Amino acid sequence: MSDIASGTESKKSKWSMVGKDPYAMPIEKIDLSHPGIWRANEFLPFMERLRSEEPVHYCAESAVGPYWSVMKYKDIMEVDTSPHIYSSEPTIGIVDSFEEFTLPAFISMDPPKHDEQRRVVQDVVAPANLKNLEGLIRQRVCTILDGLPIDEEFDWVEHVSIELTTQMLATLFDFPFEDRSKLTFWSDAATAIPGGGVVSNQTERWEALQECFAYFIRLWNDRVNEKPGNDLISMLAHGEATRDMPQEEYLGNIILLIVGGNDTTRNSISGGVLALNENPAEYDKLRANFSLIRNMVSEIIRWQTPLAHMRRTALVDTELGGKKIKSGEKVVMWYASGNRDEESIERANEFLIDRANARQHLSFGFGLHRCMGNRLAEMQLTIVWEEIMKRFHKVEVVGEPERVYSSFVKGYMSLPVKLQALD
Amino acid sequence: MVNIQFIEHDGNEHSVEVSTGGSVMHAAITNGVPGIDADCGGSCSCATCHVYVNAEWLEKVGELSPTEEAMLSLSTDRKDNSRLACQIQVTEGLDGLVVTTPEFQF
Repeated sequence: MSDIASGTESKKSKWSMVGKDPYAMPIEKIDLSHPGIWRANEFLPFMERLRSEEPVHYCAESAVGPYWSVMKYKDIMEVDTSPHIYSSEPTIGIVDSFEEFTLPAFISMDPPKHDEQRRVVQDVVAPANLKNLEGLIRQRVCTILDGLPIDEEFDWVEHVSIELTTQMLATLFDFPFEDRSKLTFWSDAATAIPGGGVVSNQTERWEALQECFAYFIRLWNDRVNEKPGNDLISMLAHGEATRDMPQEEYLGNIILLIVGGNDTTRNSISGGVLALNENPAEYDKLRANFSLIRNMVSEIIRWQTPLAHMRRTALVDTELGGKKIKSGEKVVMWYASGNRDEESIERANEFLIDRANARQHLSFGFGLHRCMGNRLAEMQLTIVWEEIMKRFHKVEVVGEPERVYSSFVKGYMSLPVKLQALD
Repeated sequence: MVNIQFIEHDGNEHSVEVSTGGSVMHAAITNGVPGIDADCGGSCSCATCHVYVNAEWLEKVGELSPTEEAMLSLSTDRKDNSRLACQIQVTEGLDGLVVTTPEFQF
């Protein structure tokens, strides 16, 4: 079993770069795929070195095998918008397959099948539908924020970020509300590296997913016999392009939507709190002008980059940034690096809530696979910050955050905070 | 200079004068016309500069490229006269062009 699969990151780990000087090691040994530096929050200088010295970088040996790293904004854009050269099949994960098989979902399909399947589900997260959901989201945000203690330490991740995104997901699926915490667990388990804190081994992970599958098969069977509704499961069960889909494809898309709508927004909600604490002048700007919230939300999403990378596979021999990439090779776009590329984003390494062109970031990806839920995410974050600013002087970070053990999901396991009341 | 008129979904009109060479998206952004986001900065890879071209201008604006077609096909309010403003180059021939912006960019 590989180091990542067993999750036993230790100082002796062959692949770990934790604690190493990014500029002292041979450049070919740099391996961003290993989760250790992401949990330890040490990834930035490694990315910086690659961007300046070898922006298209080959890592010949790693726990996930050989792969190319694409570090610059413009090169990432090129890969993301060339699906005929860089395929999303068979998987967009850096690990070829975590288990014995991978579930099919449109995120890991090329056109035309990708386009057909995506079209069926995207209406539910399209702005026209979101307009109808805005009142409900705001109401739920208010209930959560009103229940928080003042001047008392608590975990922002558990009590706000997770609670809110889980409630939202339950709404989109019309999932039984009392069971909603299952969604969080399944989402975490789907991307978890065993031993990283969510599940302790692959069997446990697999059991969690089986439970999820059984639940969603039951929901499909219920909805398919009911009148078509506006929730995602009903849309899949009745949609022309999806109603006859193989069961494993349905489950693959469900997992995609659970993970896509959960981890990402959750970690951006937490990441915003952290960024404002680390940049008090920006917090002051925000207090002075709430109309910056919409722009700030885009900046938070750039700064956090809740998914650090996406993987493609070269379909043909090609060239990128002067490097020859062979057909079949793994190509990883590091969005987390492109979003800090000074050549494409002015003052990219500063968090500026009033930044011009804040929407021009890579966190949603570009091209056909651009994040389908981007408007929902922006709306949730906007509402959260509007309601936070009405209630609290400061969400104060009072301890070190614990980060996720993953080079894919870039986020937080916990973030201790205290709320300061308005003056 | 070339005149381009942007009409918002609620009927608000914005008339701008721009020189040739840039895109219609660029004309909107640099003149502060609301309703166009242009998240990808003009590389036909996000569909957030979606516009509806008024019927009498459709022919002059020209054909959709396959990439533009692909991006627009993922838009929920796609119509026959949908175009991405970043893919329409401003030329003398487009003086007087009228486009409508959708209620939402997606």
